[in-house]
Amino acid sequence: MIPRHLVIGLIVLLVVALGMSLYAWHMRKTVVTSNVASTDTRPLAPPVAGPTEQVFLFVAHDEDGSLRPESTHIPMPSGRQQRAEELLRALLSIYLDKSSPHVLGPGSDVRSVFLVDPGVAVIDLNAAFADTHRSGILVEEMTVASLIHTVSANTPGVLKVRILVDGKERDTLAGHADLTGYYDVSAVNQLATQLQSAQ
Amino acid sequence: MPWTNRFRNVPLSVAAGILLAASLLSGAAPEKHLSIYSVVANYSLTLVQRNGRDYVGLLEVLEPLGKVSARTEGAHWRLRYNNVEGDFQEGKTRARIQGSDYDLGGKFLVENSRGLVPLSSLSFLLPRFLGGPVNLHEESGRLFIGSVGTHFTASLSAEKLIFNFTAPVNPTIATAPGTLSMTFSREPLVAPASPTLTFGSKTIPSASYRESNGAAVVTVSSTIPVMASFSNGARTITISPAPAAAAQNASAPAPGSASPAPAAPGPPASGTPPAPPQPAVAVTNPPPQGPRRYFAVIDASHGGDDHGETLSPTLLEKDVTVALARSLRQELESRGITTLVLRDSDANLSLDQRATFANADHATIYVALHAASSGHGVRVYTALLPYGEDDLGPFRSWTTAQRAWLPRSQTAALAVAAEMQKRQIPVRTLTAPLRPLNNVTAAAIAVEVAPQGSDLSQLTAPDYQQLITSAVATAIAATRDQLGVAP
Repeated sequence: MIPRHLVIGLIVLLVVALGMSLYAWHMRKTVVTSNVASTDTRPLAPPVAGPTEQVFLFVAHDEDGSLRPESTHIPMPSGRQQRAEELLRALLSIYLDKSSPHVLGPGSDVRSVFLVDPGVAVIDLNAAFADTHRSGILVEEMTVASLIHTVSANTPGVLKVRILVDGKERDTLAGHADLTGYYDVSAVNQLATQLQSAQ
Repeated sequence: MPWTNRFRNVPLSVAAGILLAASLLSGAAPEKHLSIYSVVANYSLTLVQRNGRDYVGLLEVLEPLGKVSARTEGAHWRLRYNNVEGDFQEGKTRARIQGSDYDLGGKFLVENSRGLVPLSSLSFLLPRFLGGPVNLHEESGRLFIGSVGTHFTASLSAEKLIFNFTAPVNPTIATAPGTLSMTFSREPLVAPASPTLTFGSKTIPSASYRESNGAAVVTVSSTIPVMASFSNGARTITISPAPAAAAQNASAPAPGSASPAPAAPGPPASGTPPAPPQPAVAVTNPPPQGPRRYFAVIDASHGGDDHGETLSPTLLEKDVTVALARSLRQELESRGITTLVLRDSDANLSLDQRATFANADHATIYVALHAASSGHGVRVYTALLPYGEDDLGPFRSWTTAQRAWLPRSQTAALAVAAEMQKRQIPVRTLTAPLRPLNNVTAAAIAVEVAPQGSDLSQLTAPDYQQLITSAVATAIAATRDQLGVAP
């Protein structure tokens, strides 16, 4: 017959082992959650502080396939290049919002905007922007028109715009909108007018 | 011996050497060919004999079909076709494609940076690179990529043998006593159910089909001189008695006739033996030479590795566009408009290739078909040209080649939109940065079809597809005179 104190000891050890298993499972779950949070590169609030300025953002709306001008006040730095970047980040914050009128994939961001004289703007998007973008002629060209028209309308002198992804040329945004050449700002302005007329 | 005497025989020796070389060359085995038929292009390559087997350059096979590159790294020969990579090693019989090993059935050879594979290995190598089925006729050197194939029927009517083909053909016609043979090198002609066709006719008793050295050959047996003539846009070839033979044949007794034989013209009834049968004479009326010109080129966008939009877990844009393209072809051809569908199977086709085919064909209008899950109805696009690259003298800039044709493209787009409106289909006309519209030197539009409501299954509904394509076809037919004017 097994002594009584050995039985009690065995039961206590089993309870402890079960408790530790549950604790380990709980800790593993916590680590997975924290990893997801650390890889989420969604943009934070605009870092610029100071006096705000009125700017016009051209926001795509999927419901009727339109591009609508929206006036907003955002803090703007003094440099042209930084201003262009802030404009696009403000635009993206609308698209990444829960009530987005034109949903972009999580993590979409503008890495930087370069303004090169005479009249060249280069918009460098991150890979998540293109990789998670929805496919379709209209949905892609609304994104392109929104970015380019917002930059050109608020940055005088821009005549042509190039869009890069992660600093490199890419054939299309998501299978349709061509990214291999320079966009003619005047042609995009006409497209923006066509898209605004859909309202 | 004097010098002159010593070299007196040199010219004779040289002449003898040339004759010997010529005789050896003339006796050499004829060059073997591989004919390749695909939706993209039909072409022929020369096979080489190595180790007692037929070999072919893999890069040359893939080059006309898509974006391909090859590089040599030590003993490795790496080939990249679109997004598929293959790794071959000189002297080895195994190759690695997309992480999987395959037995080539013979050594891989590299000659002057050309990677040579055994001909038989194409039947399993190409499906890995192209992502679709191929059909290799190894013995006859014919390779069919995807669902290409020209079928034919043969029937005898009033002593005329009529061949009907499913696509225009232009065979080489040759004659020999008692036969007329048609050699199809460029056409993906496929065999009939039986290789020998019999017609129960005295004048044209039979025809046979065979394949050899990259070509299909149809041989017609005849007892009288015959001629071949083309009709129905080179889709029909009629083999009929040559005029002299027809007259002679008309006066000959009908088979099985019980009436007394009328006097036949020709040999006098003097007991002299009848003249031997005349060799068959082919009087051909070939179709117009040069590339066939289509009025409309229909491009089923995406295809192969490029799925386009994933409309639903079971529905890809590339599949909808093919169905729309076939429907549009039917609608256009029913209105008498010659139409070429650029992609009629699940093939990879680069944007540059699409534009090149449309331009090389000198089409009057190019229509790219797309499908989308967002929005409602139809969007008709013309090119949004990139920032100007100027033409250089007579050379057009590739990126803005469409510029001169934009007014015609807009005419076509407006006509299509008007037809959609007549059919109560929501429609918008827009410009779009969509290749290859900007590279096409013809009126060029893209039609993006979305469901009218939220039900995506409408995209695959034949009646909805026909509603859209009939509107596009009607618009093109109505504006064909305006579109055909050179810019």
